[in-house]
Amino acid sequence: MFRRRGFNISSLAVGNSEIPNLSRMTFVVEGDSRTVEQVTKHLHKLIDVIRVSDISDDNAVARELALMRIHTTSQTRSDVMQIVDLFRANVIDVANDSLIVEVVGDEEKVDALQNLLAPYGVMEVMRTGIVAMTRGMNANGGGSGRNGGSSRRPTFNESGSV
Amino acid sequence: MELTGAEIVCESLLKEGVDVIFGLPGGAVLPFYGALSGYPQIRHILVRHEQAAAMAADGYARATGKVGVCTATSGPGATNLVTGIAGAMMDSIPMVAITGQVPRPAIGRDAFQETDITGITLPVTKHNILVMEVDEIAQAVKEAFYIARTGRPGPVLLDIPKDVLAGDRRPFDWPESISLQGYNPPGEADELQLSQAVELINQAQRPVILAGHGVLISHAYSELKELAEKAQIPVITTLLGIGSFPTDHFLHAGMPGMHGMAYASLAIDSADLLISLGMRFDDRVTGRLSDFAPNAKVVHVDVDPSEFHKNVKATVPVLGELKQVLNQMLPLVERKTHVEWLQHIDTLRAEHPSLYIRQTDELLPQYVLKQLSDITDGQAIVVTGVGQHQMWAAQHYAYKEPNSLITSGGLGAMGFEVPAALGAKVGRPDKVVWSIAGDGGFQMTMCDLATAVENNIDVKFAILNNGTLGMVHQWQEFFYDKDFFATVYSGNPDFVKLADAYGIKGIRVTDKTQVASAIRQAMETPGPVVLDFIVKQDEQVYPMIPAGESVNEMMEEPITERIF
Repeated sequence: MFRRRGFNISSLAVGNSEIPNLSRMTFVVEGDSRTVEQVTKHLHKLIDVIRVSDISDDNAVARELALMRIHTTSQTRSDVMQIVDLFRANVIDVANDSLIVEVVGDEEKVDALQNLLAPYGVMEVMRTGIVAMTRGMNANGGGSGRNGGSSRRPTFNESGSV
Repeated sequence: MELTGAEIVCESLLKEGVDVIFGLPGGAVLPFYGALSGYPQIRHILVRHEQAAAMAADGYARATGKVGVCTATSGPGATNLVTGIAGAMMDSIPMVAITGQVPRPAIGRDAFQETDITGITLPVTKHNILVMEVDEIAQAVKEAFYIARTGRPGPVLLDIPKDVLAGDRRPFDWPESISLQGYNPPGEADELQLSQAVELINQAQRPVILAGHGVLISHAYSELKELAEKAQIPVITTLLGIGSFPTDHFLHAGMPGMHGMAYASLAIDSADLLISLGMRFDDRVTGRLSDFAPNAKVVHVDVDPSEFHKNVKATVPVLGELKQVLNQMLPLVERKTHVEWLQHIDTLRAEHPSLYIRQTDELLPQYVLKQLSDITDGQAIVVTGVGQHQMWAAQHYAYKEPNSLITSGGLGAMGFEVPAALGAKVGRPDKVVWSIAGDGGFQMTMCDLATAVENNIDVKFAILNNGTLGMVHQWQEFFYDKDFFATVYSGNPDFVKLADAYGIKGIRVTDKTQVASAIRQAMETPGPVVLDFIVKQDEQVYPMIPAGESVNEMMEEPITERIF
């Protein structure tokens, strides 16, 4: 569907949900609000899609996992590990000339770590793509987060699958 | 009672009220055919090319409003259906295609006549299902028909492996009801949308109704007529909407778009409100979007929300099933007149006689269609191919009833004319059915004249024979410096001899004076007839708004003499 309609996907993550036989897919789509509206509507048309939520504007927490293989020498290893610690990431594999870092965070955090480690030699990076969830409502009736409150409510009921 | 998979398919089809299937057997689908031969209640029409099966199912669906069913074997059989399926997708036609597939253990191993048809048809089906267990068949068939005919109709493909069809006797368990979590077709419109839409309608000074295929799908003809008459609003019908409003009604204001009537395009251009009913602002209708209806607000009623704001931004989108929405709207719409606006459109009609046929002794293709319209009194079902003849058929035939023009609009598949006409006649044996072809398109599917003969399907085939790939030739004339490369046909067969070869009557018409009598003779001859009209070459379809242009760049026919 995405290819046919010419939508650009930055990342895609799929996995089981809490409901048996139902998967959750998280797409990060590039485009303006018209693009997003079309993507949402076309996803709804797919019979196997039960629900579509556009959480671009919402309070949401977004995380992805990355594994990075970083080149190390005996001199640079401790520097690398210090940076990894600062990001609260983990070293999960050590070899003579490289180590593997595992980091979980939002897109900016993962980008930042990768940039800081770049001078040492980033040999390989695998990123899972974002999974995201809207924040829960607190007692004040609004979510706590950078958007600080209500998400965009569409004026008309334009959703539905046909 | 325990049945094989194939028998379960047949029983399920009976439950869905299927009484005809168009198809061509093959290895993977043989078990289905084995069962089908024991079900005389389901008429099987054997075609000569699977593409004809799909297009016949399409024509059948358009003529009857029922779901058209076609079947083919795996591999090349299935891939031959794709054009017909894609056409049904583009024009929102309810269709179920059943294909055999290689046995389950062979799937994915490049088996003989294996293709991933569900993969191939993903973008051109509303839904498709690869049925991997006999127990899943009944549910799959019920789902397929439900999805095909509800909401915005469309084609659904069922791919069934040979061993699922053949083996394993299982009980036939027809599900009583069906409910799909991810599928919820809209019904009535939201009150707020409705009231905002009606407000715009009541306030408009120069409103225009654009009636599209949705009116036919929803059987909303009387509601449309009531709305138009109550508020005295002119109705413009798109190509696929033709028949939803009688062409001889004083409020009918033509067809819009690239080859629509000039007065329709000019009316849209000066309108202050477009009431779009079940039409999707296809680019053939709008031309350059930035210059389309520059002064109009838009009320867009559709059952598919993805059409809102897709091409044209709707001021008020109204989501709902058209017949229900119109019934909600009618009591709220005020009784009104728009005398000056209607007079303006009448003036446009007089100044831009887009349907004028030149007085000449030459045999013009437009003349043939006008004669046909007069002789059949607008009561026939007209099935066209794609190209110049299609546009002339849309322009010059005076359609009076719904579903009387059957044409491949969105996909524009040449060759549609022969098989779709067969399907239409099978579905509506009470109607006179004319298949209008160009010599180009006719040659694509003429092998299914055999199907007409074998089943005595009484379709009259009219070929507007100008020895060229007409519409492409026209574009080369206007836009490619008359570089007529690859558009002149010098190897055409003698179509009358071809008809004779199939054992049916062929009539050649070379003179304008012979047209009417040839048409009458064809209609008085029982069974299929082929008429070969040798028409003037180098005729252009006018008016024309070139692709990507607007009404400001519309080209009208240069008229050397006028009729008053």
